[in-house]
Amino acid sequence: MALLKLRFSLPRRVRLAQGLWLLTWVTVLAGAFTFSLGVYLKTELLRRAEVMDNTEIHVVPNILILVGLVIIGSNIVAGRICQDSLHSARFPPWKPFLLPWYGLTWMVCVWLFSAVVLSYALQGQLEESLKVGLRNGIRFYRDTDVPGRCFQKETIDKLQMELRCCGNTNYKDWFEVQWISNRYLDFTSKEVKDRVRSNIDGRYLVDGVPFSCCNPASPRPCLQYSLTNNAAHYNYEHQSEELNLYNRGCRQALVDYYMGLMNAIGPVVLSVILLQMSVLLSLRYLQTSLDGVDPENPEADSEGYILAKGIKESLMDVKTTILKVLQFGQVTAAADEEVGVGPSGEKAATSN
Amino acid sequence: MAVLKVKFTKNNRDRLAQVLWILNWVSVVSGVVLFSLGLFLKVEINKRWELMAERDIHSVPNMLIATGLVACGINFLGGKICYDCADTTKFLRWKVLMLPYIMCTFFFTFCVLAGALMCYGMRGELEEALDQGLHNAMRYYKDTDTPGRCFLKRTVDLLQIQFHCCGNSNYRDWFQIQWISNRFLDMSNREVVGRLRSNVEGKYLMDGVPFSCCNFNSPRPCIQHQITNNSAHFNYEHQTEDLNLWSSGCRQALLEHYSSIMQSIGFTVLIIWLFELWVLTGVRYLQTSLENVLRQGDPDSESDGWLLENSFVETARSNFNIIKSLGKCNQIDTANNGDPNMDVSSRAHYGPENVLPKQLPLAS
Repeated sequence: MALLKLRFSLPRRVRLAQGLWLLTWVTVLAGAFTFSLGVYLKTELLRRAEVMDNTEIHVVPNILILVGLVIIGSNIVAGRICQDSLHSARFPPWKPFLLPWYGLTWMVCVWLFSAVVLSYALQGQLEESLKVGLRNGIRFYRDTDVPGRCFQKETIDKLQMELRCCGNTNYKDWFEVQWISNRYLDFTSKEVKDRVRSNIDGRYLVDGVPFSCCNPASPRPCLQYSLTNNAAHYNYEHQSEELNLYNRGCRQALVDYYMGLMNAIGPVVLSVILLQMSVLLSLRYLQTSLDGVDPENPEADSEGYILAKGIKESLMDVKTTILKVLQFGQVTAAADEEVGVGPSGEKAATSN
Repeated sequence: MAVLKVKFTKNNRDRLAQVLWILNWVSVVSGVVLFSLGLFLKVEINKRWELMAERDIHSVPNMLIATGLVACGINFLGGKICYDCADTTKFLRWKVLMLPYIMCTFFFTFCVLAGALMCYGMRGELEEALDQGLHNAMRYYKDTDTPGRCFLKRTVDLLQIQFHCCGNSNYRDWFQIQWISNRFLDMSNREVVGRLRSNVEGKYLMDGVPFSCCNFNSPRPCIQHQITNNSAHFNYEHQTEDLNLWSSGCRQALLEHYSSIMQSIGFTVLIIWLFELWVLTGVRYLQTSLENVLRQGDPDSESDGWLLENSFVETARSNFNIIKSLGKCNQIDTANNGDPNMDVSSRAHYGPENVLPKQLPLAS
């Protein structure tokens, strides 16, 4: 009861080997494409590394990069195997490598699938990381004279302008933070002193936002300061003014951007998994059909299958092999009595 | 005295024909490249049509597009001809067409060269177009309620943000126009009325700039209004403050952007021109060597190939005479009193009569 048995005549075997050779090269290209997708995703994540608190999301592009390289290597080897498969002299040396190759390819498919799953599962982590990172960015916006933080202003301004967003959740995040440095505040002025005294931490809070929040699509010149004060500006009502500033928060904008990238990568990775599985199955058929060839009659038909026995029996076989390997180091009770006999006794024990 | 005479064996001729066939196909690809470069330039210019006034800047990309298409056609024909030239019998089909083909291609290479040089020469026209266009765009910045101009504010803002520039020549251009619309000005406010009355045209002028002029590299929050008034802001001196706004003007920034595009396009077109010239030289050698082979009669023999049969001066003179006689073909010959029906026997001069044959010296 071999699994999915097929009959292979000689021309069919030859065509299988040739088709598989082509398929392995297509899979090599797919592996290269996966590698470059991983590199692209990693560079995009690194570009905004300053507003991210942790790098846990980097596991997705790292998996893609590693797996891409492994796919390239293993499929080049598979291509060589196909080329040698039709020569009865060159094929046998490859035989011991086939089982590890199957194991490696199976692992590759599992890793790729886990990369896709992780890209969705880690969305929450990404959002948390961005929340903390953006909060710090906004808090240190004014520290352009502190080494280590002096580029936060430029980073946040560029981020808000490129992604068309304002603040962490929305523009009101800027009202809760002092984003104007003390060295530009005139502490002799009454207005400044009042504002600083009006809150516990002695911060200069304004209902204003930086210029990078301004929306160029607004019909009127940008209003940055006294945003909640309708009387401060002519013909202005802050509840109905929608186009003055960007409405989105930067956290939402970044999450949307990265989720869009991962959604685009998902189908590509799934098709690479399909390609690799088809290479695996075809190579298994090729191997079994070549093994089944009668040495005296090389041009006769042979049978190819995926598993020699059914699934359950194959699993039991695998279990007994693993147990045997694990028991290799154990000395059995029978060998204990003959411990004085030496190596022949051990040999008798292991042959059991 | 043929110009640059080269001897060709049969093998050489065949190989030349094959190589030229391949080179002609490469030239077809270069024609496609020329076409796409012209298309790219046209798209880049059209992207910013709102900021350019009416000038003759579309002639350069149109020239490149047309030249690219013609190059594809000419080189496709050339490839066909060279493919057939490997066989002397098939060459007879093309023999009559080849000289006109070479002449056309020679004049065509001048068009390619003209295209390349126009790329470098376009800068002046472009600068004028940008100057006028930006001036108008800034004037209509406030007209976000006028149909046809309502997107100019957004265009100018995005331009200044993307190219890191402010105003036409510099930020002071914004001081000379009213960029805040009247519908956002409180006409009952004394300060507003005072500003409006302070100039002849009744414009609300201020020493302020739009937010898109702000430089994000500045260590302090952007100062957009009352830029020239040092006392309006704490710890501020407008002469020394150079990071607050973008210092370059948008005309200069756009001009540099387009100049770099056009320089690379011009350089590529020059390379394509040299390649075309090279292919043309090869085709000319092939043509002359095959014609000489036919003249000699033996298709497998060696033959000479050249660029011009006689020296430059003689060729120019003979061509000039041909053109002159072409012009005269309608004119009546005055030698016979204007009567074209009289039969005039033409006396060809074969030298003096009764000349004894010369004794040729025997080869020693």
